[in-house]
Amino acid sequence: MASTIRVRATSNGDITEVQALIQHPMDSGFVKDAKGEIIPPHFIQQLTFEYDGKSVFVADWGGGVSKDPYVKFSFKGGKKGDDLKISWVDNKGATDTTTAKIQ
Amino acid sequence: MRSAIHLASAALALAALAFGAVPSAVAADTPNPPADAKAFRDFFTQKFPKVKLEDFVNGPYSMNEDLHRQWEEKEQFPPYEFSVDMGKEMFSKPFKNGKSYADCFPNQGIGIRQNYPYFDEKEGKVITLELALNRCREVNGEPPFSFLKDEMAALTAYMAFTSRGKPFDIKIPDDPRALEAYQNGKRYFYTRRGQLNFSCATCHVQSPGERIRAEVLAPALGILNAMPIYRSEWSGMGTISRRFTTCNTQIRGVPLNPQDDEYRDLEYYLSYVSNGLPISGPGARP
Amino acid sequence: MDRTDTRFSAPRRLILQGIGAVALVGLGNIAFVSSAFAAANDKYPEDAFKAKTEADAIKALYGKTAEASDKVKLDAPEIAENGAVVPVSVTTTLPDVTSISFLVSENPVVLVASYKIPAGTMPSIANRIKMAKTSNVIVVVEAGGKVYSTTKEVKVTVGGCGG
Repeated sequence: MASTIRVRATSNGDITEVQALIQHPMDSGFVKDAKGEIIPPHFIQQLTFEYDGKSVFVADWGGGVSKDPYVKFSFKGGKKGDDLKISWVDNKGATDTTTAKIQ
Repeated sequence: MRSAIHLASAALALAALAFGAVPSAVAADTPNPPADAKAFRDFFTQKFPKVKLEDFVNGPYSMNEDLHRQWEEKEQFPPYEFSVDMGKEMFSKPFKNGKSYADCFPNQGIGIRQNYPYFDEKEGKVITLELALNRCREVNGEPPFSFLKDEMAALTAYMAFTSRGKPFDIKIPDDPRALEAYQNGKRYFYTRRGQLNFSCATCHVQSPGERIRAEVLAPALGILNAMPIYRSEWSGMGTISRRFTTCNTQIRGVPLNPQDDEYRDLEYYLSYVSNGLPISGPGARP
Repeated sequence: MDRTDTRFSAPRRLILQGIGAVALVGLGNIAFVSSAFAAANDKYPEDAFKAKTEADAIKALYGKTAEASDKVKLDAPEIAENGAVVPVSVTTTLPDVTSISFLVSENPVVLVASYKIPAGTMPSIANRIKMAKTSNVIVVVEAGGKVYSTTKEVKVTVGGCGG
């Protein structure tokens, strides 16, 4: 089964730009279903990016982040072919992790 | 609205006069799809001279700058990616009998979306891509999918993706039944229905770029090129079937069943008059 | 949580209160272990996500109030195409940025996202947020120990929370 995490990390030699799109319902807990019952909150709480063993970015999210969340950021360093490790944990304790190669 | 209607009629009349008035004049008895397509295209390019022909496939985004920017940002990493991946995966998995989708389609189903719908002369009916996919499943002993979303959307998303950039190439064979289907679709498009008494044309020919409540209306030219679509409103994917049925509901009409004759004929007409415009699917919409 | 004991004499109490305050901060950090990640610097700001006002959320996140700054550039649409997916991005020329957060004034939970920016990471972020209705989108930047913000109103005609 494919990871829920899609990553595009590209380095121009100096700066690495990272875009991530994650498959997750990001239910806020404020929406009712067709029967009128609240859909319980189910969202990623923390998303981390590690390069060379160090954290380069941490996202703390609430239910106000869009479904199938997206984030883009850049960091100095990172070479083509190097690994970037991405992990998330949601409010139910579920996790996913993936490693992407910097292009 | 009234000025838009006047403008629309004036433009259509002008188009008819300027480009092959004779065929159009006897259109009531003799359908002339090529003349229709040209008049259709000219109507929109004249109404929106600043929009490039191929940009009409971007619907409301071609009509509004603020919307266009939001769309560009989302296209950097679009929400329909998961659907395309799912479709690709489904395409590569064989059915229980060992066959696969590739066996049902020309060129293994790759890069062919722009040829759908087509008129099947043996059957005497319009065959859409969604219909062909479910038939493929049934012929191979698999249960059909809902026409509206999920798996059907994933399959059509993948197939559209493999055809991106290819121009719509809908053919109407020299067969009175094909012309009949085309005319049927055209009639449906221009017929008012529902409590709101709107036809498809009311919004998409008379008022593209304007707002209906909060939504900016898409032009009818190229309106199917981006299908299937990830709509923010649905927080998910939807097929042509989904859009036709929900649109009927929104004008307070009773929707037909997905893939009923009228819907397939409508898709035939709408696709034909957008011939030449590139497939941009799958797409994102508000 | 810690409590100062009123039985102690005044000077001692003051000293203890001072120590207690420091200890409180430390203990406060350790207490927020409800999510799976509990690394010292990577704690999830649970309280900030419970805050009902922008001021409370910012206080919970950064311990101080934000001052408006024109060095924080917020890019958001005039009218959101749909409140469910509003692309919003920020960039700043402020030096030593350590954190950036996004808040939506009329959302049921005001804090939408908070990002930690380690040294070497650029102070530019793009993300997609939900807006329940027309609101101010506030972006807060923690830089050099101080807190700055900028605001933009984004109109929402189709609510993003399912309504």
